[in-house]
Amino acid sequence: MNILVCVARVPDTATKIMVGSGGKAIEQNGVKYVVNPYDEFALEEALRLREKNGGTVTAVTIGTDANVDVLRTSLAMGVDKAMLIKGDEPTDSYYVVANIAKVAKEISPDLILLGKQSVDYDSLQLPAMLGEMLEMPSVSVVSALTIEGDEVKAERDIEGGKEQVACKLPAIISAQKGLNDPRYPKLPDIMKAKSKPIDTREAEKTTPKTSILAIEIPSKARAGKVMEATDENIDEVVRLLNQEAKVI
Amino acid sequence: MKNILVFLETSNNALKRTSLEVSTAASQLAAGANAKAIGVVINSNNDVAGAAAKYGLSEIINVNNAKLTAHSSTAVAKIIAEVAKAEGADCVLFAANAAGLEIAPRVAVKLDAGYVADCIALNYDSNNIIAKKPIYAGKAVAKTTVETPVKVFSLRPNVFSAAENPVSANFKELSVELSDKDLSASVVNVMKNEGKLDVLEADVVVSGGRAVKGPENYYLIENLAKTLSGAVGASRAVVDAGWRPHSEQVGQTGKTVSPTLYIACGISGAIQHLAGMNGSKYILAINKDKDAPIFKNCDYGLIGDMFDILPKLTEKISKITGK
Ligand SMILES: Cc1cc2nc3c(=O)[nH]c(=O)nc-3n(C[C@H](O)[C@H](O)[C@H](O)COP(=O)(O)OP(=O)(O)OC[C@H]3O[C@@H](n4cnc5c(N)ncnc54)[C@H](O)[C@@H]3O)c2cc1C
Ligand SMILES: Nc1ncnc2c1ncn2[C@@H]1O[C@H](COP(=O)(O)O)[C@@H](O)[C@H]1O
Repeated sequence: MNILVCVARVPDTATKIMVGSGGKAIEQNGVKYVVNPYDEFALEEALRLREKNGGTVTAVTIGTDANVDVLRTSLAMGVDKAMLIKGDEPTDSYYVVANIAKVAKEISPDLILLGKQSVDYDSLQLPAMLGEMLEMPSVSVVSALTIEGDEVKAERDIEGGKEQVACKLPAIISAQKGLNDPRYPKLPDIMKAKSKPIDTREAEKTTPKTSILAIEIPSKARAGKVMEATDENIDEVVRLLNQEAKVI
Repeated sequence: MKNILVFLETSNNALKRTSLEVSTAASQLAAGANAKAIGVVINSNNDVAGAAAKYGLSEIINVNNAKLTAHSSTAVAKIIAEVAKAEGADCVLFAANAAGLEIAPRVAVKLDAGYVADCIALNYDSNNIIAKKPIYAGKAVAKTTVETPVKVFSLRPNVFSAAENPVSANFKELSVELSDKDLSASVVNVMKNEGKLDVLEADVVVSGGRAVKGPENYYLIENLAKTLSGAVGASRAVVDAGWRPHSEQVGQTGKTVSPTLYIACGISGAIQHLAGMNGSKYILAINKDKDAPIFKNCDYGLIGDMFDILPKLTEKISKITGK
């Protein structure tokens, strides 16, 4: 089974976000970047499927030279090949998806794995977009996956429960937490990954379909009425819930 | 802008609340832009879909297709895109829920449109739509525009209010052919947590943190949720410990909720948890540590032991709500 895994490079989730000087992107100085957390589930699932069925796992990332670090992590986890599609820093999903689609057409994977969302722009669209562009079925937000022959059964989260979706390979799956427990790369593998080749190509430029005009840090002023939990104060909170928040 | 198309979803023979929210948003956009707001519903009828007219949609289209026996995002995307083309829609709106998030990107590709997901505001301004959407898990908000003639947006549930604005609606049937390829992914089984309200759909969410100490104490959280007809949520510490399912996790790697009231019980307020709850209208925090970060991000706070506070609070609220 040949599997393509799409890996995004995002700020560590503990990052305090500040607006950069242009006002359209975040301040990158001092930010630690990591593999998008959901993509770790995608990588782990790809490796497990290869361990079971054989085949090749290719990790691809679209971005700048800096993206090499997420490919090194992917190699350390165990992917066979790593591809950097190098160009502008992605801000428009169409640019990313067009470049992934191009790679996919070249290597014709049986399965494409992604994360359910990239936790930087939270664009929430690549898996299904890719499915439409490649005319492949896709299932998003998957927390359990079984593949037998070319029959795929994927369980995904819906409001108030789960649904099971069936489709056939080749298919696209986006990973949700719960799909597996991603492995931690071992030190020797991290060392070995440093010298593995990275297939680097120029990204194709596209006309942006969306533009960010500005980013802002929401400053929701909270009332902050914090008090000791005496009986009177609990009564006061109940009164506030009743008269101010009006939920009672 | 000429025509705004809204994907209407039904459940138990009624329009979903999120569809009413999106209908309201569409009719408000349409009013500003002198455009028409149209709804499309699949395998339904005028009685059910007609409710959308109360929320300002002046045309409602029903598409019946016998091939669509179970939900299929690929097939629904085909139908919506065909209806959009037939109606000359230049803006298509979805709810940013499980179905909408899977269908909208496909519709965008079929219509050669740019798509912005999970918007919290849409404003019509000099022939353009400015969308606001949370990024970095809500730590920032991006003002975004779509550059293509046709624009697709999905709207975060619970953020746009559903406001009645009755108009008289035209009803229309349209047929759309589906090929096997359009039906390439279909739902084969639905597992609902019966009678359980999801954190994404609830007006009140009560979440427990590590302080709950074990699943045997979670009844304290459940009882409070019950008095407020709310849903039960959890921090990641609770989910990782296996006390509650991941479907209840609130936060950056859980769900992003926006209820009217969020109650955090014995939750410290880590940045990843805050990211999931910051969109709540009101936040009540209960924590024994007066320096817990959660208190810097709340409207109301009670400092003390949750094992003492929760039964008292529950009883007092129950006296008012009778639940
Ligand atoms: C990549 C990544 C993603 C993450 N995603 C999420 C996420 O989606 N959601 C999430 O929640 N976390 C997430 N986290 C974890 C997050 O960083 C915190 O570890 C987690 O939120 C802590 O959970 P907690 O507040 O329940 O526990 P703790 O931080 O241990 O806090 C317990 C709190 O309870 C208080 N307390 C103790 N006893 C009592 C008592 N008797 N009465 C009242 N108060 C009491 C304590 O003062 C303390 O403030 C993520 C972390 C990472 C690295
Ligand atoms: N720049 C990128 N390079 C490679 N894969 C990406 C990139 N951006 C997003 N992805 C993949 O697409 C998934 C969904 O992202 P999104 O639709 O942007 O929220 C992510 O979890 C990744 O698997």
